[in-house]
Amino acid sequence: MIGGRVDKAFDIASEMRNAPYGKSVRRECLNSPVWGYQDKSGHMKLFEYKAKEVMKRHGIPVPDGFVVSKPDEIKSLPGPVMVKAQVLIGGRGKAGGIKPADNIPEAKKAASAILGLNIRGYITKQVLLERRLDVVKEIYLSITIDRSRRSLIFMASAAGGMDIESVPENQILMLPVDPAIGYQPFVGRYVSGFLKLPPDQAEQVADVCAKLHELVVAEDAELAEINPLVITKDGKVVAGDAKITIDSDALFRHKDFESLPEDLTPLEQKAKALDIAFVQLDGNIGVIANGAGLTMATLDSINMYGGKAGVFLDLGGTDDPEKVKSAMLLMSEANPRVILLNIFGGITKCDTVAKGVLEAIEAKRMRIPIVARIKGVNEEAGRAMLKSAGMIPAYGLSEAAELASKESLKVV
Amino acid sequence: MAIIVDEKTKLVVQGITGYQGMYHSQAMRDFGTQVVAGVRPGKAGERVNDIPVFDSVKDAVDRTGANTSCVFVPAPGCMDAALEAIYAGIETVVIITEHLPVLDAIHIVSVARSRGVTVIGPNCPGIASPGRAKVGILPSMIFRKGNIGVVSKSGTLTYEIVNAISERKMGQSTCVGIGGDRVSGTNFIDVLDRFQADRQTKKIVLVGEIGGTSEEEAAEYIKNNVTKPVVAYIAGRTAPPGKRMGHAGAIIARGRGTAESKIRALEAAGVKVAKIPTDVPDLLK
Repeated sequence: MIGGRVDKAFDIASEMRNAPYGKSVRRECLNSPVWGYQDKSGHMKLFEYKAKEVMKRHGIPVPDGFVVSKPDEIKSLPGPVMVKAQVLIGGRGKAGGIKPADNIPEAKKAASAILGLNIRGYITKQVLLERRLDVVKEIYLSITIDRSRRSLIFMASAAGGMDIESVPENQILMLPVDPAIGYQPFVGRYVSGFLKLPPDQAEQVADVCAKLHELVVAEDAELAEINPLVITKDGKVVAGDAKITIDSDALFRHKDFESLPEDLTPLEQKAKALDIAFVQLDGNIGVIANGAGLTMATLDSINMYGGKAGVFLDLGGTDDPEKVKSAMLLMSEANPRVILLNIFGGITKCDTVAKGVLEAIEAKRMRIPIVARIKGVNEEAGRAMLKSAGMIPAYGLSEAAELASKESLKVV
Repeated sequence: MAIIVDEKTKLVVQGITGYQGMYHSQAMRDFGTQVVAGVRPGKAGERVNDIPVFDSVKDAVDRTGANTSCVFVPAPGCMDAALEAIYAGIETVVIITEHLPVLDAIHIVSVARSRGVTVIGPNCPGIASPGRAKVGILPSMIFRKGNIGVVSKSGTLTYEIVNAISERKMGQSTCVGIGGDRVSGTNFIDVLDRFQADRQTKKIVLVGEIGGTSEEEAAEYIKNNVTKPVVAYIAGRTAPPGKRMGHAGAIIARGRGTAESKIRALEAAGVKVAKIPTDVPDLLK
């Protein structure tokens, strides 16, 4: 096998796919047409029909088709079709989200059955109707980011149509694209060679590889996946399904993708607007910390002392007092039993941060017990301010975690 | 000794006229770093904190002999800035900028490797060798000179742990914040390799977090190549599955990538793993 360990493939593929969308049923979306959704971690996932549009634009063959949100919008068909639910979750077929139709009445019937269908928590709002393919063979083909090799990587398998995670290791090709060499036609030849295809199909698959790579670079995609890449009875290679995830950090050069709606609760939306990561858990301590690592370390420490976090806000690596204040205001809306504030100051003086915290408490007349630990320059002054305002000051992370846990376990 | 930055570091700050560039160029100099130049196209001739500003990295290198760069340039101009530094002959490029598109990171890292240039970051707090030099945004007050090498994916968590070490009267040779993005110029293994070779460094602290597989790879490397004692902490042991904690590196992938998988791999390599960050100093004793 060219490339390397298959568990890497699992990691890469599942990381892209498992990025969470939250448990709740998707809320009504006002923007229309909807191309996809941006999840909580910023991944911008395109619906199949949009991903296929993008693929088509880059010269990858896709079946003729169109998307509707009401059965009445079906006026004509490109021939026998498949009616496919447009949801960003796997397992559509098993959930009844994909049905064949040979004529307009059948298509309308299938569309009405699928529209509104709840597929593993996702409500179907649109269906894609596309020409049915005479499938002879199904291939798995994708390109994504390989963190360890620090490059793009192709993954391919002749066992397409199923989850790459359930395909045996020796049946998956992992082929990194050396960034210094870039994409060259030999890469496509390696892929189609691995798939052991007859010359004409091999050439078509190699061409799809070239175009998929071109697409990823041009659109700043983190993942472009075709599963299955179908070989039809007449020997054509066509994308049967399509998944594309856009790198949200690259949106500054892709204004056309910027209007993607996000699936967030009102509190999450507020947090997002302030560039604060907001995650709801099932405990009763509200944690505010700055930086992902420190936030997780705070959760680990609370856990050691028997407490459980109910919600946490990660300010990122900043100690900006305005942001700390906003986080306190947000947290009061989440209404936890105890608030644990753990700020490791780099730039701002502790008393300045403490001042923001006090302002937030006054503005909201907060009565929730607050354990506060602010580390940095002028630590003593900051601590004195917090104490005089009735907060529970802590010196270190462990102490703060212990105090907050105790407070959270108190019987009212 | 120390690694990557020391008394010989001559620093150019790219994006010196912005808020961060201004604040940290002064903080780095106060730490003892030779900050010899700043770059901001169109602002040549100005001075920031009495540091001369040039239009290009090439001018800065020609006029001041700068050998290291610290990049604060926002994401849209960051790849340009980092590649300009490499083009101008800079040996070490520390990229503080966050939200760099991953394809830009891949390109920068690839070019740097082909030229033998060290890139740290993107989205990292930088690197500090106490008593010698600091490049980046790490708070100066937490450091204490000593013989413990610290390497970390995190920002503020690194500060927490370094601070805990210093409070126990132990010090650091060098502390490297490699950044938590999916693609980083320098990874755990690169830094472990340097700490193993560094005479000042006697013990090593590795701070990882859930997501990715770089801690597992580091464990494998330690088993075969590192003879110095290593203590680790992995953040996210109690993080709920499937929740992302804010930045790109912190996500639970299937199988490898979990805290359990990382801790198991590290312990199998003879590494002592702390349950919470404040336990790290105890394990160093």
